[in-house]
Amino acid sequence: MNFPAELKYTKDHEWVRIEGDVATIGITDFAQSELGDIVYVDISTQGETLSRETVFGSVEAVKTVSDLFMPLSGEVLEVNPDLDATPEAVNSDPYGKGWMVKVKLSDMAEIDALMTAADYTALVGA
Amino acid sequence: MTTEVKETALTQKHISLGAKMAPFAGYNMPIQYEGLTIEHHNVRNAVGMFDVSHMGEFILKGQHALDLIQRTTSNDASKLTAGKVQYSCLPNATGGIVDDLLVYCIDEQTYMLVVNAGNIQKDWEWLMQNNTQGVEMHNISDKTSLLAVQGPKAINTLQKLTDLPLADMPYYTFMKGVFCGIPNVLISNTGYTGAGGFEVYFENQYALTFWDAIMQAGAAFNIKPAGLGCRDTLRLEMGFCLYGNDIDDTTSPIEAGLGWITKFTKPFTNSDALKAQKEAGVNRKLVGFEMIDKGIARHGYVINDLNGNAIGYVTSGTQAPTVGKAIGMGYVAKAFTEPGMEIFIQVRDKNLKASITKLPFVK
Repeated sequence: MNFPAELKYTKDHEWVRIEGDVATIGITDFAQSELGDIVYVDISTQGETLSRETVFGSVEAVKTVSDLFMPLSGEVLEVNPDLDATPEAVNSDPYGKGWMVKVKLSDMAEIDALMTAADYTALVGA
Repeated sequence: MTTEVKETALTQKHISLGAKMAPFAGYNMPIQYEGLTIEHHNVRNAVGMFDVSHMGEFILKGQHALDLIQRTTSNDASKLTAGKVQYSCLPNATGGIVDDLLVYCIDEQTYMLVVNAGNIQKDWEWLMQNNTQGVEMHNISDKTSLLAVQGPKAINTLQKLTDLPLADMPYYTFMKGVFCGIPNVLISNTGYTGAGGFEVYFENQYALTFWDAIMQAGAAFNIKPAGLGCRDTLRLEMGFCLYGNDIDDTTSPIEAGLGWITKFTKPFTNSDALKAQKEAGVNRKLVGFEMIDKGIARHGYVINDLNGNAIGYVTSGTQAPTVGKAIGMGYVAKAFTEPGMEIFIQVRDKNLKASITKLPFVK
């Protein structure tokens, strides 16, 4: 399992890449592996301002569906436009082509509550 | 009741192959190995092997064995001759189904019933209650392994390991003979995938040997192990019912489209009521549907009409790899059962359009 050190993580198995006041968000290698073959990423919250821990979308695998939670509060600026045609990118490249949303952060202090790669690795026992 | 998770004779094999394991019907079972979609396509197009040893097997023996089966199952087992298999169900007394099962006729006084793993205890007790004439009953589930070798190349794979003439075995028949040098192995032309293939029943002690021999025999045909994940997508594409999802203690065989295995040629549990239901017509029916809007229906989701009135519920749903669409099955009110009719699946806060589709999804 791959958990890049430069990213932050949540207990809901999302990763966060912080660049200035914008966070790019996706699901971790562990999450995609647990879900299995992903067939549809449903995110219809573009333009909405959501608080931390609220649902911003869902990811459908063949076997199951899972909600996506905001790791940080902010406005959903952009949804990955390629996932509609290639949802399997979440399986094959979870930290790259499989990114899900970019969020303009409204409270930078929340970043401190995220987990490091080491913490997250310990959480999933990988 | 114990919550201990049981193992099949092959559980450790699956773990060593890196399978994703999960408890299913009380057994630690492989859900997928390489990936559900890959395994699904491999079964449809080549050959895959499923360990389905969690399934239950009962032997019923004696001069009243057939009578017990006739009184408890919906299909007409008197049509069976030695070497034939029949799909059937055990109706309960209140309009529902105890379980669905396969009935194997070994000879005119010996039958094997193959039942769902999650219902082994329930079915056993149900049959015992009905066994008023001293039929000899053996539950051989714990010592019996079952490998389902499915797909168009299953026959080429298995024929390398036996002299039994597999090509001469019609669908829903079986033979017993030597397989991998071991006598008395039961091979049936059955399965739950619609991809063709065979199921092999034998004693647990041969499980590892048979698994490896079949993998080796199938290597030339690109055989892969297949998990319960793709077993579910394969069966759903065929419109096959899954007990606990599409049929249960509250759904009647007539509602479930199982009229074809409900024969009123003899009395059986609740047959008078089911016959009346068949003649009067049912208020709801199990149908197939394809999603038109993007989304996936899941077990338990509400089905609505155009105006948002509930007309039924989803029993199974998935993204179907061979069909290439999101499909499902569910019970809907009789007025909405015609192919082409529009229904709406309530997926969280949305009402997604779907269309009633004739079963099976894959021809």
